[in-house]
Amino acid sequence: MGLELLVASAIGILTAAGMYLTLRLRTFPVIMGISLLTYAVNVFLFASGRLTVGAPPILTDAATYTDPLPQALVLTAIVISFGMTAVVVMIALGAYLGAGEDRVNDPEINDEDTTERSI
Amino acid sequence: MSLFLIVALPFLGALLPGLMNNAGRQACAGVTFTITLAAFVGLLTNLPAILAGEVVQTGVSWLPAIGLNVNLMLDPLGFFFALLILGIGLLIITYARFYLSREDNMGEFFTYLLLFQGAMVGIVLSDNILLLLIFWELTSLSSFLLIGYWKHLPEGRQGARMALAVTGMGGLALIGGMLILGNIAGSYDLSVILQNRDIIQESPLYLPALILILLGCFTKSAQFPFHFWLPHAMAAPTPVSAYLHSATMVKAGIFLMARLWPVLSGTSEWFYIVTTAGLITMVLGAVIALFKHDLKALLAFSTVSHLGLITMLLGTGTAFGAMAAVFHILNHATFKAALFMSAGIVDHETHTRDIRRLGGLRHLMPITFGIVTLAALSMAGIPFLNGFLSKEMMLEEVYHTTLFGPTWLVPALAVLGSLFSAAYCFRLIGHTFLGPKRDDYPAKPHDPGAGMWLPPALLIVPVVVIGCAPFLVQNFVFLVADAVIGGTAELEVKYIKIWHGLVPALYMSIAAVVGGLIVVALFNPLLRLWDATPRPEAKTIFDALIASVVAVAQKAIHGIHTGAFSRYAGIAAVTITVAGYYAWVTGISGAPTRALQPAGPVEIAGWVMLVAATAGLVFLHRNRLLSLILIGIVGLMVSVGFVFFSAPDLAMTQITVEVVTIILLLLALNFLPNRTPIESSVLKRARDGVLAVGAGLATFAMAYHFLLRDAVANPISEFHLANSYKGGGGTNVVNVILVDFRGFDTFGEIIVLGIAALLIYALTESLLDGPVRARLLNRKPDQPRAGDRHPMMMVVLTRVIMPVVLLVGFYIFLRGHNEPGGGFIAGLVVSIGVVMQYMASGFSWTSARLRYPYHGIIGAGVLIAGLTGIGSWFAGKPFLTSDFTYVRIPPFEKFELATAALFDLGVFLAVVGAVMLSLESFSRLARRAHVKDSEHPMDIDPSRDEVDPADPSNPRMEGA
Repeated sequence: MGLELLVASAIGILTAAGMYLTLRLRTFPVIMGISLLTYAVNVFLFASGRLTVGAPPILTDAATYTDPLPQALVLTAIVISFGMTAVVVMIALGAYLGAGEDRVNDPEINDEDTTERSI
Repeated sequence: MSLFLIVALPFLGALLPGLMNNAGRQACAGVTFTITLAAFVGLLTNLPAILAGEVVQTGVSWLPAIGLNVNLMLDPLGFFFALLILGIGLLIITYARFYLSREDNMGEFFTYLLLFQGAMVGIVLSDNILLLLIFWELTSLSSFLLIGYWKHLPEGRQGARMALAVTGMGGLALIGGMLILGNIAGSYDLSVILQNRDIIQESPLYLPALILILLGCFTKSAQFPFHFWLPHAMAAPTPVSAYLHSATMVKAGIFLMARLWPVLSGTSEWFYIVTTAGLITMVLGAVIALFKHDLKALLAFSTVSHLGLITMLLGTGTAFGAMAAVFHILNHATFKAALFMSAGIVDHETHTRDIRRLGGLRHLMPITFGIVTLAALSMAGIPFLNGFLSKEMMLEEVYHTTLFGPTWLVPALAVLGSLFSAAYCFRLIGHTFLGPKRDDYPAKPHDPGAGMWLPPALLIVPVVVIGCAPFLVQNFVFLVADAVIGGTAELEVKYIKIWHGLVPALYMSIAAVVGGLIVVALFNPLLRLWDATPRPEAKTIFDALIASVVAVAQKAIHGIHTGAFSRYAGIAAVTITVAGYYAWVTGISGAPTRALQPAGPVEIAGWVMLVAATAGLVFLHRNRLLSLILIGIVGLMVSVGFVFFSAPDLAMTQITVEVVTIILLLLALNFLPNRTPIESSVLKRARDGVLAVGAGLATFAMAYHFLLRDAVANPISEFHLANSYKGGGGTNVVNVILVDFRGFDTFGEIIVLGIAALLIYALTESLLDGPVRARLLNRKPDQPRAGDRHPMMMVVLTRVIMPVVLLVGFYIFLRGHNEPGGGFIAGLVVSIGVVMQYMASGFSWTSARLRYPYHGIIGAGVLIAGLTGIGSWFAGKPFLTSDFTYVRIPPFEKFELATAALFDLGVFLAVVGAVMLSLESFSRLARRAHVKDSEHPMDIDPSRDEVDPADPSNPRMEGA
């Protein structure tokens, strides 16, 4: 077992679980799924700086440091994804309170409806 | 005055009338007039230079890499048009002040008008064709607003839409043509392009460029077959029609043809396309105009006809033709603006524009009658009025023009056009003002106040003066004509004369006027004939065309866009996975260059927890509260992973974000159902599972692949590590990247975060204003409520902890530059501290102690960060250049002062504001759902009696 295998498989598992939940039909599991995908993407981006143990990018007398750039990018990504999650949750909540149900899909459109929807 | 200022004034000034709307109509009109006057005077200050033959130029490089420079140029042609735009603009503003009624929003009107005016001035002063294109599109947009100004009229909206569609399409073609032209000439600067006639005309791309540019010009100037939008644009208020269709908008196409005349004209392609289109438009417009009963429609088609006349003159490609075109532009602008304004006066006073309901107005409206008569006779080509001079030049020119073989064709058609032109002018005068007085006008007509009749009357002055003494303007006309010709031909005439002797043009002129009189005399039989003739209606064709385009688009979109989110997500996942797989199998990948790092039992245990929580989430997601707990575990393990892999900043951020996210989701779950029902069949779930596992395997494979290989190129991080301390003054490289190296990114990100929070706030507001409010108020909690809303332990603890949390936040903020921490993390920590107060002590208690609104905090944050960035301008450095120094104040140690810390303060404030505004919005929903929220949780004060006798749930009442 190597650390790389652990991290890569964790990314894969988070993606798979996130994807599965994203394909559910109610808003709450979809939000959960998107959150899992966010973890997966953040960890993936972070891992693009390769894995380094015990060498934080704080300048000292040490000889090697880990790659700081992915960390900076992921840091803002984490904060932004909070904002995005909050907006999605708000939209989901508004839709639920307004419509009384929390399905993510529109009801099936049949051809007669098409003309009405076009307005 | 600087050319920049002349162009910028209307744009800057456009803000004022809109903002000053409450200051009254007089103030709005006054400020608009003043701005235009300032630009007008500024233009006139350049007159001596223009008369001396200079070309005033100024410019700055904007995007030199793509050849887009803000270069302005003022030559006689540009000056001439700018003079018309601003001069007639002044009259229109005065007129509009009295024309618009009290119900019309005058500030809005003048804002649009100034925007349009600025765009027009921009077109005629641009030296760079890319800049010209920008202004060109701006005229399309602002004219859309002006034409559709009366939003309540369907005709206005439709006319505006049609004008935008047609001129917008032409604008797109023009962009293509201009880009080709610039490419051929090797520069986008007009002053360079105009010097390259031979290169352009010999290029194989000349014809496509010409056709595309002419499409732009023809649509804008309403040339056949694009003439149909102009009459529909007449639904606009009359000042708009008078402005757009006499001196400005429609003349933009003419201007561009004149501007590019030196390089485009003179070829047979130019001659055939432009002359033919102009000739057809001229005759067609004149014939249709005669049979229109709406005064404005008549004038609209007459404008179409006269634009055709000018286009045809430009098309002939001779110096004389160009000169005649310039002269007619001037004349047409004067008499047509006067006529439009007069038509507006008639409409305003009689409440109708239908010629059939008018007649005999000369006694009731003598002033208007005088104006219309002089202007219309000028348009008809009667001597001693300016229209006669340019019309005779036109006839002179067409006498020497041969198109498609027969020498009589062009002169005959020109005479026919002039004949009908004369006829509709006579009809305009005769059927509106002459004849017996009627007693069935919809209103009691009389001359309007001077504010309305003076602007058109002022325009009659040049009509008569130029008509009687053309030598006054001849030098100016020749100067402008020379600018059009640009040295490619020699202008042979030296004088503009009224009397040329018995030349063919005179006979043609006489024939047209006499013929016009005969046609008017025979008007009624001719009208019956006209009404009996079937004609294609341009609007029907246009509408059918648009409808068919819409139908096609609808078919295409509804097939894909079914409103099923799951379907989109599935399709996206499959597409991305397949594309990645394709890249994988067709690409080349090297052998692994990095060894696997050994994992100990602790790391494996962490991995197992993460996987177990994720798997639990998938299988137990129907229990929503449980899934929240599980996702918390996932987040915790990810944070731990960040700690382990040398990312302390990330770990701190992740764990704090985790806290606020869970609180947020809990708040949301308060309203949402607690369980997710089973809806999809086993088969569907299996399909989703396969899809998800596929996507998971793909990301796993990709991540594993690159984790075992070094980057193909050296990462740029070396630079950051090397310069973080030297250049940025901090040892925490991640923080220095955030606030310094990539500060602009961070600036954008805090803005996005702020916008997200404001969006949540806005959504909450709209929810609480709508029907949802009642539902929230009447909602029954689906879970038993805790008896103790503000548990004493929690209240005490959170209050005690608050200063500690703030101090921790402050500490994390300060150390951020050198140690893990910084504005983002400090902001999140402080937010958590505040949220705890909300949770423990309740909404009212906390809000009452809130000194600044969260919007303000977001704004302050963004502003501080932005001002810090701007501050570096004063040091002559680019935006957000940071600086730092070391200061020592005894007895403290030496410490660092960096502008980056100020920027980080902005980040901190924006994060606090955004997080708190989002959470507060959510909890406001919850608050309304409750019946009552205590103002004083936990404040035990015997002197305060909080008992509400009407509240049956009050324990004291129950005891009583």
